[in-house]
Parts: sequence; structure tokens; C-alpha cells
Amino acid sequence: MDYSILVGGEAGQGMDTFARLLEKTLKRSGFHVFSHSDYMSRVRGGHNFIYIRFSDKPLYSYSSKVDIIFALNEETVEIHSAKLKENGVIITDTNIAKDKDAIHLDLIKTAKSLRNSRVYTTVGLGAILKYYGLPLEKGEEVIKDEFKDEIYRVNINALRAGYAMLDEEYKLETLEDDKIIINGNQGVGLGAIAAGCKFYCGYPMTPSTGILNYIAAHGNDMGIAVDQVEDEVAALNMALGASYAGVRAMTGSSGGGFSLMVEALSLAGMIEVPVVVINVQRPGPATGFPTRTEQGDLRFMIHAGHGEFPRMIMALRSPEDAFYQTARAFNIAEKYQIPVLLMSDQYLADSMTTQMPFDFSKIQIERYISGEEAITDEEYKRYKFTEDGISPRILPGKIPGQVVLVDSDEHDEWGNITESDEIRTKMVDKRLKKFEGLKEEVEEPWLIGDERPENLIVSWGSTYGAVREAVERLKKEGISIGALVFGDIWPLPINRLLELKDTAKKIIDVEQNATGQLDSLIREEALIKSTHKILKYDGRPFSGDELYVRLKEVL
Amino acid sequence: MKYEYELYEPSWCPGCGNYMIRTALKQALEELELEPHEVVIASGIGQAAKMPHYIKVNGFNGLHGRALPPAIGIKLANKNLKVIVESGDGDTYGEGGNHFIHTIRRNIDIAHFVHDNQIYGLTKGQASPTTAMGQKTTLQFDGVKMEPVQPLALALTMGAGFVARGFSGDIPHLVEIMKEAINYKGYALVDIFQPCVVWNKVNTFAWYKERVYHLPEDYDYTNREEAFKKAMEFGDKIPIGILYKVEKETYEDKFDFIKNGPPLVDRELDPMDAEKLLEEFI
Repeated sequence: MDYSILVGGEAGQGMDTFARLLEKTLKRSGFHVFSHSDYMSRVRGGHNFIYIRFSDKPLYSYSSKVDIIFALNEETVEIHSAKLKENGVIITDTNIAKDKDAIHLDLIKTAKSLRNSRVYTTVGLGAILKYYGLPLEKGEEVIKDEFKDEIYRVNINALRAGYAMLDEEYKLETLEDDKIIINGNQGVGLGAIAAGCKFYCGYPMTPSTGILNYIAAHGNDMGIAVDQVEDEVAALNMALGASYAGVRAMTGSSGGGFSLMVEALSLAGMIEVPVVVINVQRPGPATGFPTRTEQGDLRFMIHAGHGEFPRMIMALRSPEDAFYQTARAFNIAEKYQIPVLLMSDQYLADSMTTQMPFDFSKIQIERYISGEEAITDEEYKRYKFTEDGISPRILPGKIPGQVVLVDSDEHDEWGNITESDEIRTKMVDKRLKKFEGLKEEVEEPWLIGDERPENLIVSWGSTYGAVREAVERLKKEGISIGALVFGDIWPLPINRLLELKDTAKKIIDVEQNATGQLDSLIREEALIKSTHKILKYDGRPFSGDELYVRLKEVL
Repeated sequence: MKYEYELYEPSWCPGCGNYMIRTALKQALEELELEPHEVVIASGIGQAAKMPHYIKVNGFNGLHGRALPPAIGIKLANKNLKVIVESGDGDTYGEGGNHFIHTIRRNIDIAHFVHDNQIYGLTKGQASPTTAMGQKTTLQFDGVKMEPVQPLALALTMGAGFVARGFSGDIPHLVEIMKEAINYKGYALVDIFQPCVVWNKVNTFAWYKERVYHLPEDYDYTNREEAFKKAMEFGDKIPIGILYKVEKETYEDKFDFIKNGPPLVDRELDPMDAEKLLEEFI
């Protein structure tokens, strides 16, 4: 089984609440769920829609073919009817799209009789649960968790009324509910909190705001100072101050905000203060598509910041990956005293997906902070020359008689300004030595599909889901196909790629950008050239079925 | 005196006001019996911002205009550190203007000493945000065409709880202001006049000396309107001293878990503490 529901309407019509209730009800019924929102940069009006797909098997992507269109207005019917599968139905209010072939229900009238016209979407939810033959109690349970008092009562009544409106079309068996449902932004936030992040700051910017919101919501409970900064210039500088003083610190934004952080990123490289920064990408340049998706910032993030200094970049592939990698990012940042940059995008950030519950016992907190043993000379040297370029780090205020001086000027081992050519060369070498360590640190990309594929896909980050679904489908057709999906992407791990290149007849680069940024990076780092590129830069994410079709064209 | 602060050889020009400011700072820290490891100086870039290199304390010498954001991060991370910001007029009121405004709004416990010589020194004599309109400089050949920033009035408008002005040529007076500012619970702005002996031929030592006067003994520094008047007095006579000082809740104290617990830097970290957060995703 594999069903998909599209709900569409204007911003402000309550479709987010509807989607949340439906997603949770489906999850509580034991299904795998993948939900993707397509929304405009406005608070009211326009046309927004959400795909909610569910199955008894794991899902990695949304589906652009749907079984039900739940239309909150006429426009939804007009725009999306072509997406209906053969047996698909439109469910809508009696007074919407009257002349169209649809299941017309008294949604609004019923809601009004309950004295709350906004709950007509909950009436629809009841009808949809009944359509699939799902137990009413699952929906009731979710509503009980989500609402209180009068709002709870009116929603329960709306759900029950809707449930009574339809006959069962299917009789789906519920399964054991052993999963969580979470999006990429929440995965990042939860990973940061688990890793002991005590400082997070940011300026609201779609689609990164969800991380700021999530961490702020748990700030008091978990003891995390969250600051809404005046601008992103302040953000990274502030995070660096917090980290210098000894707490795990993070900031995040989307591309435009990250642009403003670039000066301070260079500072992080120079002063060797660990920090984690996330860029939840959206299509640029400039304001671009504020609410849509792209992987256009890879090259930018590799090179952001004046001067030469080491950094590590991790692309996040799923909410689960976001959780574990974000936590790992803090360890690497502190081990090497560098900025670790995370890359997500609107698609990963906003898509609600079921995942196996995260295992917090797998999170290790490794801080690499020294005590008195770091004072080998009379005075502590913040930038002591060492074999691997990493100087022992102590925290200001912790060792009487010792001070910690960090400096954005070129500096000597104590952190004092220097003009010396000799020290300059040694300091540059010291900082860049850490990059050699990072090359050992990076994890090879995930390999999906055949172990020695004739057709090898290369991709990164959030395209993982669509790539995985497309590969599995093509494999079933007997095609020799596999994919490398990069998570750690700078320094670029190339061993697995080198192993597979000789047996691969075709190398197909799949990215959500216009210039094939991973492709060019692979050429540069591994001297391997792809044979085909499948690029998408319309601001909309690949679905598994769309990518399948595009892969068929080149296979 | 508990501790004598070590000083290092500065690269300031002979006769620079920064020397006197450093002398006052050293004396203030010693008289307050603070040890170097308990103090952090955050600074930006400019001649003033070199301070953490010339006196032995913890130092975060960051980017031009960006001295305040790291100072905020430091204070939130470890409330036990005494955080001082040393920066110039260009650093604070020009490149860092936005941070200046919003740091005042936060009222975080930082003492901010602005070395105000009304000119750009390190970049060789261009106008700063506090250079007088019409003053000719190495860049503004026919005179500055913009109104100068009035930092004290601006700080008062934004709701600062501690606003003062000092003069590098009056060290005993400056030491007292600095001590008050460091002890003040909240954001304390001290704009300190200093001559730039190389680039500012208008606002010289003599120029300041002729104009500055101590606020009278009976001056009521809790009266905001009076403080505004004094802040705008910038002609033949310019008052120095604490123009305004009132108690206000600090930014860090508005976080209950910071106020009522150990510094964030001292908290035990355990990933399992966060496991309960999975609840909302079930």
C-alpha cells in the first residue's frame, strides 16, 4: 500500500493544522508518513498545498501522484486535478467546485453548527479517516494531545461528524506505532540540544527559523540561552564569544543570512574558536524564492570567508541524519577548534517524516578542553605550535593566573599581534594542518543500490530520499544502478568513489542546482567526470517518481 | 591591592590618549581587586581595540565593529566573568552602530569604554562618526558633511541605565567612573575623550582641557531629563562624569536558569537529558 493525499487552499485556511493532525493520526495508526509542504511567502491568501503520503513500508520522498485531493477552495481543484491517480477522488465542501466530479460534503455547514467555522478541516479529517477505514479512536487520541478544553471538544465533535459522513472505501489494517514524526529543522535542533548546545542565536529567516523556534521552545527547560540577534553579523560573532567562554554554541540562517556571517566565519578560522553554523538553503541569488528549495550554496560555503583556513562541511540527508550529524558536528568543531558548517534546505527543513526514534545513548559528547596540564610553559599559549596543529584549549576564568587571548590579527603563540614573517608562515601551516586531520575524519558517502553499479549516481544532502526511491524502483526493473549520497562533503571523501569509478559505465550527477556544484567538486578532488547531469533548479524538490522518469531518460 | 597588572609595550603613538586610558583601567582593576583571569576584554579593531594586548587579562580581540556581540556571548556563557569592551568611536558608533543600539536594549552586564578621539587613527585621519560637521580631514577635504553622532544622548534614548563621559587627561576622575561602570549591574557606557595627537588637530588635549568640567557634587544622576540636557551640552563647556545611573534588571537575569543556577559553562552535559524531548514527536 502507498497512498497520497494533497490538501490545498489559501494561506490562513488551517491546512497546517489539518496536516499535522492527519500526519500524526496516520503515524499512530502505524504507517510510515512523508509530508511535504509547498507554500508561498505570504501570511494570508495565495495558494499553498501539502502532500501527505503514507505506506506500510518506509518512505523517503513525497509522491506527485495523489489518491485524494482535499480541496479547501476551487483553485485547488483546478490546479491539482491532473495529479489524481486513476481511482483518485476529490473531497471538498458542498459549495466548492459544484460542477466538478467530487465527493461533496457539508464541511462548512457542519463546522458552523458546532459554532466554530474553522474546524471544517477537522470534519474533513474525520471523513478521510473513514474513507480509509481507519479507527476513529486514532484521530481522537491525536486531537486530545493537541488541543485543550473548548477547542478540544469542538474538534472531537467535528471529527466524529466527518467520520459519519462517508462509507469505508478501504479497510486498512493498523500496524504497531513504533516511530516518531519529525522534520529536518527539528532534527537539527534536537541534535544540538542532545549535544549540549547551551547557546543558540539567529535572526528569523525562512526556512531556517524552525531551528531557532524549536531550540527557543526548549531554552528554559534545557538551560539554553537563545538570543534573537539584531542581524546575522551579530549572530556568528556572538556564538563565537559564547564558545570562547566555554559553552557549545551554534547559529543558523539561510543563504542571505549566512552571507552576513561570512566575515565572522573567517574570524572563527583565525581565532580557532569552535562553532557550528547551519545554512538551511533556499533558492538565490538575493531573496530568491524565500519558501522554496535549492542546493545552490555548496561552493559558496566551501569558499566563504577571506583568507585560507580549515573548515568542515556536512550535508544533512534526512531528519535522522540531521540529528546525529548535528551532534557530531559539535565534537569535530571542538576537536579541531574550527567552524563546522551544516547544510540543509527548505525541503529537508519542512518535510515531516516518520523515523525510528533517535538513540540518545549513541550521542557522545567529546569536548577536548584542557586543564592545568596545558600550562607547560610558565604562561598559557593559546596558539602553541603542535604536531597536528591543534593547541590545547583552556577556558577563560578557569585557571587562576592564566589568561586566554584570542586575536583576529595574525598572532604569536600567546595570541599577541605579530608582524613576523616567520611566525606568519608557521601559523598558516598550523591552521592548515588541521585540514589534514579532517581528511581522515570525514565519512564516506552512503551507497544505495548495487554494490558495483554500472550506472552510478552521485548526489548529496536532501536529494537522498528521491534518489533512494528512484534507485530501488530501477533496480527492481533489473537495471544495475547505485548511488553515492554525500553527507560529509568538505573535505570531500573520495575513497568509495574511486573504488566504484572503473566499473561504472555512466556516472550521473543529481543535484538541486543549475551548475552541478558537486560534479565540479568531484572533478577537482577526484579527477572524475560525470557522464550525465540531472539538475533541477525550479525551487521544487525532486520527488522519487520524477527522478525515476529523468533517470530513465539517460539510462 | 591583591594583584598588580602586567603591562606590555604598546604600539601607540607617543602622547596618545590611549596610554592614560590604560593607566586608568589598570588602576581601576587593581582597586577593584579583580584578578586577570576573572576579567575579559573584548575589542574590535582600531588603536583602542589593541588594549587586550597591552595589559594582561583574558582577551577576545575580534573584528572591526564587532566587539559587542562576542562580549554578549561571553557574559551569557559565563556570568562570573567581568566583561569589559574597549573600542574606538569608529568601531562602536560607525561599523558597530547596530550592535551598539541593540546591546543597550539588552542591558547585559558589560562595561563599555569607548576611546573617543573624534577621528580615525589607524586608517590615518578620516572622519569618525563623532567628528564635528565641517571639520576638514585627510579624506573630507572640504569638511565633514554629516551630523556627528551624540553617543550619550543616543544611549539615553535607547534606555541605557549607565551613561558617563570621561577624559583621558583626568585619570583620577576616569578611574572612579571606570570602577563604577565595572561594578554596575548592566550595560554601562563610558565615552572617553582622548586626543589623537597625529590626526586630529582640532580636538587636541588643550581643546578638551579647556572645555571639560566635572558634574557638580549635587548633580542628580537618576534624573533622565537632566541627563539629556547634560548629554547635549557639547560646546564651550562639556560635562564629564556619570550623567545617568539607575538600577535595571540585566539581560542575563531575565533568563531564570542563568540567574538561579551556575554559569552555563559549568553545567554538566548529558545527551540523555534531552531524550524526553522525543515525546512531542510521538
